[in-house]
Amino acid sequence: MLTILRKELTDYFTSTRCFVLFLLVFIAAAVAIYAANQGIREAAIDPGPVFIKLFTVTGESIPSLAVFIALLVPIIGIALGFDAINGERSSGTLNRILSQPIYRDSVINGKFLAGIVTMAIMIGAIILLVGGYGLRMIGVPPGPEEIVRIFIYFVSAVIYGAFWMGLAILFSVLMRSLAISLLFPLAIWILIGIPPSVFNPYINFFVPAVSDSISVQLMVARISPYFLFDEAMTVLLIPVWRGYGMLTSVTTSSMLPNPLSLDQSLLIVWPQLTVLIALTAICFAISYIVFMRQEIRST
Amino acid sequence: MGKKIVVKTEDLTKKYDGVTVVDHLNLQVAENEVFGLLGPNGAGKTTTILMLLGLTEPASGTAKIFGFDSTREPLKVKRLAGYLPEKVGFYDTLTARENLRFIAELNKIGYAESEPLIEQVLKSVGLGEVGNKTVNKFSRGMKQRLGIADVLVKKPKVAFLDEPTAGLDPEGINQIIDLIGNLPKLGTTVVFSSHRLYEVQQVCHSIGILSKGKMVVQGALDELGRDALTEGRFKIEVETAEPSPQLTKVLKKIKGVIKVEAKGNVLRITTDADLRAEISRAVVESGVALIQVKIQEFSLDDIYMKYFHEG
Repeated sequence: MLTILRKELTDYFTSTRCFVLFLLVFIAAAVAIYAANQGIREAAIDPGPVFIKLFTVTGESIPSLAVFIALLVPIIGIALGFDAINGERSSGTLNRILSQPIYRDSVINGKFLAGIVTMAIMIGAIILLVGGYGLRMIGVPPGPEEIVRIFIYFVSAVIYGAFWMGLAILFSVLMRSLAISLLFPLAIWILIGIPPSVFNPYINFFVPAVSDSISVQLMVARISPYFLFDEAMTVLLIPVWRGYGMLTSVTTSSMLPNPLSLDQSLLIVWPQLTVLIALTAICFAISYIVFMRQEIRST
Repeated sequence: MGKKIVVKTEDLTKKYDGVTVVDHLNLQVAENEVFGLLGPNGAGKTTTILMLLGLTEPASGTAKIFGFDSTREPLKVKRLAGYLPEKVGFYDTLTARENLRFIAELNKIGYAESEPLIEQVLKSVGLGEVGNKTVNKFSRGMKQRLGIADVLVKKPKVAFLDEPTAGLDPEGINQIIDLIGNLPKLGTTVVFSSHRLYEVQQVCHSIGILSKGKMVVQGALDELGRDALTEGRFKIEVETAEPSPQLTKVLKKIKGVIKVEAKGNVLRITTDADLRAEISRAVVESGVALIQVKIQEFSLDDIYMKYFHEG
């Protein structure tokens, strides 16, 4: 499997696709730094550690880095995974590889791992770039807790990316055509990206009794990995965030605006992270099983 | 015979969506021979090869290579067997050498061993000069030869080549056929499928003809020809300037002649021995101008067509 992992990594890093993705990553980093530059001064007045705000402050009209990553990561994941299996199949390399003395699963495992490593490098690069330039810009070093928060955020972003890549690989196992296996995950991504408010009228229509409650709406929204990641990201990167669920205006007004400690923040996002990991695992498991049982014939 | 059987199937059967593609196939290939698997498109040649390699599970029956069950011990089989798929593909962005190196690595051949091996294999298929070019610059024939190199790199004991000459120009076909013909000397048994009869005839020691998933006939090429087609008889064609009924009568009197048919200027004579000398003397003596005498050699075409008409 290491051989395949290494080969896939070489493939990724020498491909035009990866070059374009890296370019995208660097542009996003540059824009995010610009946004941080615009907004950090006002944001620093609010309570909470300063350095971590680099990732969440928005410029006058430019979204923050966190928003960029939430947007970019699915694209990266889909771009890395959509042709994993059927690309090999259509180029005729799949049966050549499978006729070598290796286990069949090492092919798909190697590809998945190589994708995760590539994504980790990309996301790591963007975070370090923004962190580094931000440090130079604001001159406030991050505390240990902030570093841990950023690291957990990094890990969750990679898992989020792994979900999209797993989904893309699943379609690349199921579909013979490259175009279709690219379109399906993209369509799902766009569908999931639609804010829950668009769906609520429909839920209202079908189950009018319960849908008025916010908790039901939240539950529906939490099927979407996009929403889950968004929640996890917010709690991790904005330490003052109190969490989700039923907060009445009475409780909010009586809350102290001080940052939560790391373990409290983690406690809030633990379910979100778990579901993200589970969704990724499900995607990968289905593609794994289908691939293991699939006929190798190209016709 | 006494030869070791290295590839063997017993009642091998495969069904796709209820359609039987390979039907109780029994096949045997002896060590160090070239076995030609013939049959029209859709006869089950590729499926048979895939099952032998353990890439596809049979519905019933067994496939064994060097005694290893292809379904139960696919890794052992894949270590011994090389496979050239019908539509062979390589990683376009890698060079020929890198493609082979990857295969060598997957076969756990160490770097020290694989480098000279790759060099030698590339040279043997005539790609020594272009080993460092990326594969997307290769022509169809070069890719096919690289495919053979790819099989050779793992030093297989048995090589399965699925239509290795499909889509090649005549020169390319000859090169591939030469390569295949040399494999038994290197200790590699070859099973290759094709529907080009001529090339099969050139290199194969024995053949098997598949039709609708069934083995129609199997055996050594030279035995098959005569036995199957003419029940051990010869057919001699005599072309003369003006055939006459008398000539036919004269010819019928020659000992060993069984049947004489006249068709235009050509007389078709069935005999039980090679009587060309006697027949031509008789024709000349009868005063008829002899144009040519031809003994019908049984090409694979005839065998093939005969079995397909029967099938």
